Amino acid sequence: MRWLLLILTLIAAPLRAEEVVLGLSQDQVSISTNFDGSEIIIYGAIKRETPIPQDQPLQVIVTVSGPQLPLTVRRKERRLGIWVNVDSVEVDAAPSFYAIATSAPWSDVISETEDLRHTISIPRAIRSVGAPMEVNEPQAFSDAVIRIRMENGLYALEEGAVELRESTLFNTAIQMPANLTEGDYATRIFLTRGGKVVSQYETSIDVRKVGLERWLFNLSRQQPLIYGLLSLTIAIAAGWGASAAFRLMRSG
Amino acid sequence: MQIYLPIAEVSVNAFLLLGLGGLVGILSGMFGVGGGFLMTPLLFFIGIPPAVAVATEANQIVASSFSGVLAHLRRKTVDLKMGTVLLIGGLIGAALGVWVFNYLKSLGQVDLLVKLCYVVFLGIIGSLMFVESLNAIRKTKSGKAPARKKHNWIHGLPFKMRFRTSGLYISVIPPVIVGVLVGILAAIMGVGGGFIMVPAMIYLLGMPTKVVVGTSLFQIIFVTGFTTLLHATTNYTVDMVLAVLLLVGGVVGAQFGTVIGAKLKAEQLRILLAMMVLAVCGKLALDLLIQPSELFSIGAAGGH
Repeated sequence: MRWLLLILTLIAAPLRAEEVVLGLSQDQVSISTNFDGSEIIIYGAIKRETPIPQDQPLQVIVTVSGPQLPLTVRRKERRLGIWVNVDSVEVDAAPSFYAIATSAPWSDVISETEDLRHTISIPRAIRSVGAPMEVNEPQAFSDAVIRIRMENGLYALEEGAVELRESTLFNTAIQMPANLTEGDYATRIFLTRGGKVVSQYETSIDVRKVGLERWLFNLSRQQPLIYGLLSLTIAIAAGWGASAAFRLMRSG
Repeated sequence: MQIYLPIAEVSVNAFLLLGLGGLVGILSGMFGVGGGFLMTPLLFFIGIPPAVAVATEANQIVASSFSGVLAHLRRKTVDLKMGTVLLIGGLIGAALGVWVFNYLKSLGQVDLLVKLCYVVFLGIIGSLMFVESLNAIRKTKSGKAPARKKHNWIHGLPFKMRFRTSGLYISVIPPVIVGVLVGILAAIMGVGGGFIMVPAMIYLLGMPTKVVVGTSLFQIIFVTGFTTLLHATTNYTVDMVLAVLLLVGGVVGAQFGTVIGAKLKAEQLRILLAMMVLAVCGKLALDLLIQPSELFSIGAAGGH
């Protein structure tokens, strides 16, 4: 038992040497009716008991990840002159949003093995058990997810976007687009030296619909019939209202 | 002004939606079509998820058709009796159509089928109407009175009924069959079915164009209302905020459309509708024929 404790403290010691103290400009994103995307400022300091190690520069990686959801990717091909979906691959889990900010170019901040261990880079964040046998190039399907979502601003890799001062203070801004999914957005901060993770910190940002958005969404899920009837009532009332108003306008 | 849509989970410009609603509303009032066949592709284009676009569009059509039908009722251009007969067929057809849709969904490729349906039906109806109205215009110009519809086999069927507003005395079988067929197509294609119903009433049933528009709108209200409820309770894809924005524009547009429609001649009205139907058909056909810039698409897991 003592041995185990000793080993554990030995392993834990280098990790404890540098620790993250974190602040967020907001730990909650409220999706209201006029929601048009959000920018979250993530700032923090590195706490240490020992002098700054001089061997290799300290680097910081910040990731913000939306909820992991399964999805289907389809590929089109020309058949009989028209473009149709020919095959599809199920992706077991892909984050609905994923942003990475680093303090230096990617290859300088982390090694391949450490990326694999901590699943940091975008391709690593997408989990796919495997495509059916008949599908050629299954990799192209996960690549397509990344390409399409990067274009929509849902996935982003910002190299050098983390500002690091005196190896102690850092800050970055994460852009969140308007088409966000609700959920807990896991926010991770990694400190690396020479491509190795020396410390990590995790917190979450709560993304929630509020007010009218929240009420309508809940109603549509919990009381779908009432929601549907309400939609119809609004439609009929609007139709009648416009007709009545127009008649008044023409007669008056 | 950006507005976040709670069900679609995207943020869009409110004025863009109001404008689209207004434009489609004008067409709806003019031609008696719900406008779904135009609006649904437009909503896809501005980034609304297809499932939400189809369901919400049904809700919006209820509003614009209701507004339009009130205007037509005042001018007494709605054949309520014929509308009810068509509606009975329409609801049977819609139920059948939903069943066919789900069966095709289980086979996959339902998207392609919907698009092909659009291209084929819009193409056939558009060209038929275009040629016919062109001939009608030529005849009126040369001074000859348009020939009165001749009695054909349709008039020999049993269960005859008098439709005073339409000035018809025909069997109820053809209108019910038309209603069923349009209902099936409406459910598969996710539209009110006005663009099929209007030509069917003119050419198959021989109803006068002025009555056709109001009667078509009348039955569209019920078919799309039924579809809205179905979507809201099974797929949760009706976005009320989106619907309200579209229908505010739509109901106002429909009122203007009815006034414009009343000023145009029947042949001109038909040729305009034919041209619009052909344009949408051409656009959809091109989408199928030209290589898309992105060959991959992302969908919800387990979807079709």
